[in-house]
Amino acid sequence: MNQKIILYLCLLAFGIAAPFLFPAFKLQISIMWILVVLSLTWDVQGGQMGYNTFGNIMFFGLGMYICSSFQIGLFFPLAEWTASGGEKTFVHTPTQFFQGFFIGLILAAIIPAIVAAIIGYGILGLRGHYFAICTLGLGIAAGEFAGGIELVGAGQGMTSPPWPKGIGDTELRSEFFYYICFLLMVFTFLFLRWAYSTRFGLVLNAIRDNEDKAEAMGINTMRYKITGWVVSAFFVGMAGGLMGNMIGYIEPVETAFAGRTFGVFMVLMAILGGKGTLWGPVIGAIAFHIFKEGFWTFFLGWQYVALGALIVVVVIFFPEGIMGWLREKYPERFGEIIDEEDRKAQVELK
Amino acid sequence: MRPVLSVEQVYKYFGGVRANENISMQVEQGSIVGLIGPNGSGKTTLFNSIVGTHPIDKGSIKFENKEVSTLPIPVIAKLGLLRTFQQTRIYGKLNCIDNMRISAKPAKDNLFSVFSTIPVELSDKAENLLNFVGLYQKRKLRAGDLSFGQQKLLELAMALMNEPKMLLLDEPTAGINPTLINGIIDRLIKVNKEFGITLLVIEHNMRVIMSLAQKIFCLAHGELIAEGAPEKIKNDKRVINAYLGAQ
Ligand SMILES: Nc1ncnc2c1ncn2[C@@H]1O[C@H](COP(=O)(O)OP(=O)(O)OP(=O)(O)O)[C@@H](O)[C@H]1O
Ligand SMILES: [Mg+2]
Repeated sequence: MNQKIILYLCLLAFGIAAPFLFPAFKLQISIMWILVVLSLTWDVQGGQMGYNTFGNIMFFGLGMYICSSFQIGLFFPLAEWTASGGEKTFVHTPTQFFQGFFIGLILAAIIPAIVAAIIGYGILGLRGHYFAICTLGLGIAAGEFAGGIELVGAGQGMTSPPWPKGIGDTELRSEFFYYICFLLMVFTFLFLRWAYSTRFGLVLNAIRDNEDKAEAMGINTMRYKITGWVVSAFFVGMAGGLMGNMIGYIEPVETAFAGRTFGVFMVLMAILGGKGTLWGPVIGAIAFHIFKEGFWTFFLGWQYVALGALIVVVVIFFPEGIMGWLREKYPERFGEIIDEEDRKAQVELK
Repeated sequence: MRPVLSVEQVYKYFGGVRANENISMQVEQGSIVGLIGPNGSGKTTLFNSIVGTHPIDKGSIKFENKEVSTLPIPVIAKLGLLRTFQQTRIYGKLNCIDNMRISAKPAKDNLFSVFSTIPVELSDKAENLLNFVGLYQKRKLRAGDLSFGQQKLLELAMALMNEPKMLLLDEPTAGINPTLINGIIDRLIKVNKEFGITLLVIEHNMRVIMSLAQKIFCLAHGELIAEGAPEKIKNDKRVINAYLGAQ
């Protein structure tokens, strides 16, 4: 128990000190925390509940657009901003910027959560592959849809508000976003850690193992499935809002509804780390990010090939991911002390 | 003498297969009732109809005087009418204790209780019930690692954890070794007498059903061909013919 607290404190200390220890990698590490959020929340469906989803990227893009739209729309005419590359015409004062940012971020969480509840009500009745394919379609459709809305720049995309002038340089900007990303990651982790310890966690696992049984035992599985998706959408939406601000430019299919990159990454990270565990998606996201950056640096041009090779290796040699592999090797570390006596014991009814 | 479950003129077809035809049966509160019949005679189908797995084509099913034939599965289960499966269904990757903990009826069941904590006392109750079905030593094993017969026992314990009013058991002794069968009979009688749970039991083992049930219904080709006390059923011509394959 104490060991665990020390571990948590060390990680917290690392997270807080990282921008000063590795100043050159601030943005990289910020993105890493975003990836951890995406992987943790994907695992709510894909791992804990056994529903493969390719649609969570939808909430990411939605959050990104919503955050920036409100940040701008609260103070300036949004249509003019997008039409004119507005950041040149309209300038946020620092107060406007931060007000807009926090309001935008909160709405970027709440609105996708509501959307998840509505769509979930419609499609979470589907099982297995049907659900997976349906979410894949939704993710793609969302990008096309956003690309058709003039107000947010259609296929051209839009800029998010630039960092306000007169309050520090780009260093301060990246530190600010770094800590917000870190905070979001910590909060997502702690929330899920708590949620998995409640009835919610056990019901998700029951749905994964045998949904028919769960229903037959009187569990309203739909309620839990929708709640799970709402939780994911909430955090993913917020992550999207943050990401839009960090990169400064929102493009419908490349950055917002980025199914080909982030949408696939979130699945890979969770599988790499170990589906259906709390730490698996965290470890998976960190390992994945390091590998990916390495590939992009050392195998430029071949980076997707290298990434593909990594996926093949993981699926073949570590089908249960890093955590699954560790669990197999050191079961006692995971509190799985299986007594051979228990396994062999005869059942007796006297 | 009031029926807790009453099935009236129920029909269920699967395409051209007449799985259930004009089935009527009454189960009295607090009794143990048997349901027998050759393979494919429609017993499991009738269970599925009762608990809402599929809509019935015609007829009515009442549980405690409430029409349940149009209700969804979890709602019927929450009324206190539970079933176990012929092909066992358990939560394979969870250990036995967790299988039990999640089977208990939550104190509150609404949108806000999704994140409720599972009471600690439930673990004790789970252990007691696992002990009751002889699985105490297996409690920390993953349910998926248990043998078929052991899973059958676990399913029974999970159902009891939910404290139902009535339990439909689909072949509770299938796959269980003969030395344990007397133990199961004894447990089921206790479930009925001490826990006060009405039982409707599908069973192929005649010795088991004859010593358990106060009343037996027999199906053949989807139709009800006989009903009555065990001695009467044992000597019924139509029942004997159905089992021996004569018409
Ligand atoms: N979902 C289904 N779709 C199509 N046919 C079905 C379905 N379920 C059952 N049947 C058919 O209905 C008939 C009755 O099956 P049922 O499983 O109820 O028999 P049973 O009495 O439980 O048999 P057993 O003793 O072997 O378990 C069979 O002919 C079966 O093939
Ligand atoms: Mg059957």
